[in-house]
Amino acid sequence: MRARESVMKIVFLLCACVSIVAVAAICLFMFVNGFPAMAEIGVGKFLLGTEWRPGQNLYGIFPMIIGSIYVTAGALVIGVPIGILCAVFLAFYCPKKLYTFIKPAIQLLAGIPSIVYGFFGLVFIVPLIRNLFSGSQSGKGVLTASILLGIMVLPTIIETTESSLRAVPEAYYEGSLALGATKERTIFKSVMTAAKSGVVSGVILGVGRVIGETMAVIMVAGNQAAMPGSILSGVRTLTANIVLEMAYATDLHREALIATAVVLFVFILIINVCFSLVKRSDS
Amino acid sequence: MKEKLREYLKHPGSFIVFILIMLAAIITVGVMVFIVAYILVNGIPNIMPELFEWEYNSKNVSMMPAIINTLLMTLFTLLIAIPIGVFSAVYLAEYAKKGSKLVKVIRMTVETLSGIPSIVYGLFGFLAFVIALKWEYSFLAGSFTLAIMVLPLIMRTTEEAILAVPDSYREGSFGLGAGKLRTVFRIVIPSAMPGILAGVILAIGRIVGETAALIFTAGTTAAVPSNVFSSTRTLAVHMYCLLSEGLYTDQAYATAVVLMVMVIGINALSSYCAKRLTKK
Repeated sequence: MRARESVMKIVFLLCACVSIVAVAAICLFMFVNGFPAMAEIGVGKFLLGTEWRPGQNLYGIFPMIIGSIYVTAGALVIGVPIGILCAVFLAFYCPKKLYTFIKPAIQLLAGIPSIVYGFFGLVFIVPLIRNLFSGSQSGKGVLTASILLGIMVLPTIIETTESSLRAVPEAYYEGSLALGATKERTIFKSVMTAAKSGVVSGVILGVGRVIGETMAVIMVAGNQAAMPGSILSGVRTLTANIVLEMAYATDLHREALIATAVVLFVFILIINVCFSLVKRSDS
Repeated sequence: MKEKLREYLKHPGSFIVFILIMLAAIITVGVMVFIVAYILVNGIPNIMPELFEWEYNSKNVSMMPAIINTLLMTLFTLLIAIPIGVFSAVYLAEYAKKGSKLVKVIRMTVETLSGIPSIVYGLFGFLAFVIALKWEYSFLAGSFTLAIMVLPLIMRTTEEAILAVPDSYREGSFGLGAGKLRTVFRIVIPSAMPGILAGVILAIGRIVGETAALIFTAGTTAAVPSNVFSSTRTLAVHMYCLLSEGLYTDQAYATAVVLMVMVIGINALSSYCAKRLTKK
């Protein structure tokens, strides 16, 4: 009896350590396979080089870094205001009956696979942009990707913002109303201020989602490995770069792609650190 | 109503904000309904019976092998991820000293894991399982990669469910002379079951919809695997292949419908489980 208790305790402990092992293994495999290529190409040339031509041994991922940043910024410009306002609606305006319909619907939006989003973008948003803007030849580009990712990031932002708005004590809301402020003023000056760190951490979570998104972006971004000239021109993100070329890459080319993933991974780690800093300052 | 209108007239700024809030809600719901409706309306007419035939070939890009692979892959991934996820949640919630260093490290790594993009998982799976362990593009490599990916999800939901079990249950069990292990398996886990199930179902949703982590681990062979070392494609990967070949838009529509119906069903099931948990 005693023995079984202690054996199982060790089993539980070992299982709990699996996640540590997994993170360590991921770091190890990515860094070990990615750094040699970076060293061979030269860190500066790799990160800041603007030419990506594997055929001529030119591996500069700066256009892809810029591409990821543009697309992420665009998605946030579209997704954050709509997401926050929609969360306000859910927390303060939504009638109960409607809520039982909208809430699961938004959760559903989070569950749709990204390949389906990408397909939707390809068959609907791409032709739309092509017809709306004469400057866009293919309809694929920064703007298209931003719109699609802006939609995809909505559930994340709505969910976190709503729950942090609901966590603010009722007294803040009532106190402000009692002082004669309108409902809207109360929400944005009093409740939102108190919920700020929750909202910010939601946005950071959204940044992580967008920057790591692969399948949807590939379908609508155009994927040209060059600096984007305008918001209509095609762009390739870090994630797209990996998926597009990994299948046939060999030697240094393959290692350069793994190094691309390392850069992406470092971005994500930075975002994670920001996230936990914001969360910690909250508590 | 009139009173409200008068107040808004006095504060035009607030009125504008009110309009914006309503607009945002309408946009969100509108976009969502539109996406689902667009896929369904365009996709359902494209669902042909021959898309569900057993054989996949270039004349008939049947999705049946992919559907079977998706089910097998889901099952196998859960077989790995559920025990590890549930056991580690049990450790965190029942055994570990609160605030110990180890717990902090575990929590940090879980948070890191849940933030890693699926393409990085895919590449890791490629480097670790396909190349280092020489499994090649295989069913096994795919499900191991996915298992690591869904582990944090299962851990987090299970831990929350276990923590929600009232302490009096445990004390009652101890009072009747049961040991800690017996209490965990007979009392705590059964009471936490709806919450655990909700997490598992969410994990299923992620597995079914995953593409990027599978392309370079399980490969894209469109056939039912003969053993765990053969390459397979799930439904989401199947859809990616159809799209990247560029010839099969109609079939991609049909696949999108099947994929979406699966995910909608899975989500509904999950929220049903979660609701049963909160009712208790």
